[in-house]
Amino acid sequence: MIPILLIGAPLLTGIISFFINNATTAKRLALFSSIITLAIMLVDVFGLYTSDTFSAPWIPVLGATFTVSIDGMSKLLCLLTAVSFPIIFIATYKNEYKNASSFYAWMLLSQAGLMGVFVAADALLFYFFWELALIPAYFLCSQWGGEKRIQATFKFFIYTFAGSLLMLVGIIYLYTLTPDQSFSIQAFYNLKLSVAQQSWLFWLFFIAFAIKMPIFPFHTWQPDAYEQSPIAATMVLSGIMVKMGLFAVMRWLLPIFPQASHQYAHIIITLSIIGIIYASLIAIRQDDLKRLVAYSSIAHIGLMCAAIFAQNTMSIQGVMIQMFSHGINIIGLWIIVDAIECRTGTRKISQLGGLATKAPILTILLVIVALANIALPLTNAFVGEFLMFNGLFQYNIIAAAIAGLGIILAAVYMLSMIRNVFYGEESSAVVKAVDIHAFIKIALILIVLLILVFGVYAKPLLQMIQ
Amino acid sequence: MNALILSALFGIILMLSSIVIKNKSLFKHIVAIELLVLLATAYAELRGNILFHVNVNNMLAFNHFNIYISVIIIASTLLFVLLCGKQIENVGLHVAEYFALLFFILCGSFMVVSFQNLLILFLGIEIISIPLYILTGSDKKNLKSNEASLKYFLMGAFSTGLMLMGIALMYGATGSFQLSVLQIGTLGGYSFVELAGMALLFVAMLFKVSAAPFHFWTPDVYDGAPTVFTSFMATIVKTTSLIAFIHLFENKFETLPPTWSLSISIIIILTLFIGNITAIFQQSVKRMLAYSSIAQAGFMLFPLLTNNVIAKEGIALYTVAYSIATIGIFAILMHMKDYTLEGFNGLAQKQPLLAAANTIFLLSLAGIPLTAGFFAKYYMLSSVIKTGQYLWLIIIAVFFAAVSVYYYFRVIQAMYFKQSIEGGLITTHISFRFKIGIFILALFILFIGVFPQAILYWIYF
Repeated sequence: MIPILLIGAPLLTGIISFFINNATTAKRLALFSSIITLAIMLVDVFGLYTSDTFSAPWIPVLGATFTVSIDGMSKLLCLLTAVSFPIIFIATYKNEYKNASSFYAWMLLSQAGLMGVFVAADALLFYFFWELALIPAYFLCSQWGGEKRIQATFKFFIYTFAGSLLMLVGIIYLYTLTPDQSFSIQAFYNLKLSVAQQSWLFWLFFIAFAIKMPIFPFHTWQPDAYEQSPIAATMVLSGIMVKMGLFAVMRWLLPIFPQASHQYAHIIITLSIIGIIYASLIAIRQDDLKRLVAYSSIAHIGLMCAAIFAQNTMSIQGVMIQMFSHGINIIGLWIIVDAIECRTGTRKISQLGGLATKAPILTILLVIVALANIALPLTNAFVGEFLMFNGLFQYNIIAAAIAGLGIILAAVYMLSMIRNVFYGEESSAVVKAVDIHAFIKIALILIVLLILVFGVYAKPLLQMIQ
Repeated sequence: MNALILSALFGIILMLSSIVIKNKSLFKHIVAIELLVLLATAYAELRGNILFHVNVNNMLAFNHFNIYISVIIIASTLLFVLLCGKQIENVGLHVAEYFALLFFILCGSFMVVSFQNLLILFLGIEIISIPLYILTGSDKKNLKSNEASLKYFLMGAFSTGLMLMGIALMYGATGSFQLSVLQIGTLGGYSFVELAGMALLFVAMLFKVSAAPFHFWTPDVYDGAPTVFTSFMATIVKTTSLIAFIHLFENKFETLPPTWSLSISIIIILTLFIGNITAIFQQSVKRMLAYSSIAQAGFMLFPLLTNNVIAKEGIALYTVAYSIATIGIFAILMHMKDYTLEGFNGLAQKQPLLAAANTIFLLSLAGIPLTAGFFAKYYMLSSVIKTGQYLWLIIIAVFFAAVSVYYYFRVIQAMYFKQSIEGGLITTHISFRFKIGIFILALFILFIGVFPQAILYWIYF
């Protein structure tokens, strides 16, 4: 029942929201709905009421069922989704949108789609939710985004749609192989695929997931899409939606194609590591704050992908914890970037400087979030990165060493960003800036709390994924 | 049989009624009622109540599937008349004749979906084509309409000639027009004459369904014809011809030399390539839809190659999904002042309901999940994957499906993300009834997109 509620609550309120005329009402409804969803999720997390699977016939002629279930991995990501949306809504509470009710409607629909992706236990259903998460993102970005939004999101949409069509071909092929013509994940797990079949099916799925993550040669849509999207949509995209790709690799790719995953692991790890170094180097050169965070995200995702394909317990656990932590941290970073832009009217690092004297609270919170992004001990990201590097080290020392450079480079771009934006001489853009208002403060304090709590005591997360 | 005879009868009645009835706006109501009667009798036949027992000497076969396709055709036509009846009235003076011609086209459609004899196929195709030549040129004072009509007539006559030649050669080789005899004759291999005849027939059918490289007439004819009739041509006529084509070559490609399957796969790819790539460059939405119909035909040709149960279910689903979405888009297009992409700018602010419905139609054509178009494409891909061959064909088809998103989404972008041209009206007057009708249609597309069994169920029951 829980998974149904997790999908149903945002879906219902999202549809209602389309028909609301008043912007404030829509805003409140969205916040309310996201808190309800969080409450449902917490009920499940604390084990007050557990009813983790639901199944109903859907398309009997095809053997597709509406089966949703929550296990440890999906619980973690559902929790991330449930926690993120209230924070996003709180942080952007003061933002004004044209056509606000549609904006919040699309946001809620994307939440429903994301929840669906994480709980679907039927391949066709999974595909449906995979797309349902994409379409709201498309409308959000191209309606409320920046100047070049239409081209940027168009590229993003066609890229991911092409990827998911390849996955669809793979799904249909696997479906024809199942003995009882079913899409259930269990039937897919039980398939005995030959190595030859695995080796090409693997790529059909992997390309779809790689575009979503995104992994090095498929990443070109990402910086543009992040830069041009409205900040709330960027948070959803980078905080949660990229996790869809990583989650799908662990949920679908590794168990269905075990041999191929081993066979091609070195290729993918190489690509991921190239991505880490490449994205980090580009991030150092960025002048636009949004693009800087976008490239830093590519580097982090690259590390997670490499760790998944190292395929040992340590690294997989690390990835799961890091998926949660990275989601929280990057949302924090986006909130700060947005706060800076609202206060100074620019995102260019070269035009900023000396913000610390004007906005001391923002500065303190930023430093914590930024340090978490570099995975300093005592922050939540440290636990995940430590486990991932440990796992990667077991797989291949050289790979671990080169990937480790990513952390150093992350420190370079993060710390120099802090120095240039917050310290040094006060620039003209900063003169009139004031400190953040209460809503952003609340959102950031929540994030910092999550960072510190899970940085010191990560056991609950580890327990959840056991 | 019910629908076949009644449609011819209704056509004649309508033609003569223009002598008595002088009120132009009355006809569309009469037509709607007649179509309802037609739908009811076709449905009755589906349930086994045959009104007319005629000995057709096995030249026609009314099995469950064929009757079901007829029901779909009638239902789509009914939708078309309900949504676009007003526009048909506005085309010219001879309203009763236009409607009568539509009924004759329907009559021809029923023949080609249930033919068992090459002569019936020929007859059906001609009964469809000749009224279409007239309808294409019905906007008499418009030079483009005249040109389109002439072009269509010349091309049509040419392909009909090829078809007749093919039929004659096949008759010469086997001594029969019956499809069953022609199929039995395959066991001992084909003679050269029969193969030549079949090749001519094949090319003629490719002309009719406007598959590349025989598609050149399509954009001009679709563009020149009055938009209402373009809508009819691009949906009902097109899908009927495709079903006839598939029926004609059912179980054939397995016995034919392998070069045939190769050539049909190449034609599919060419059709997808030309349809999709050319559609990208169109500025007029009407012309874009013409190319999109070519591209969609590429997908609808898959059953020719695969020939399995999934393909059969798929073509029924594809017919419904494609026809409804295209009729919907055309119905909205007809209310626009300006047929270019810019004409759609800012529609979402002025007519949110229409824009939302149009978006759903376009998403369906692009094959996005939650819409009927997704399952249509799903079935087509599935039928090829089932054969275990042609992986390269699937990958190319999927690639072009992604390309198609590009031009369908340009309309969505225009409607939602761009500002309308200053001050000007972008639409003509739109009645509340029309809006509701369009919206229900869009909801239906979504419904099929979630529960495709609503269509598939009737294939068997």
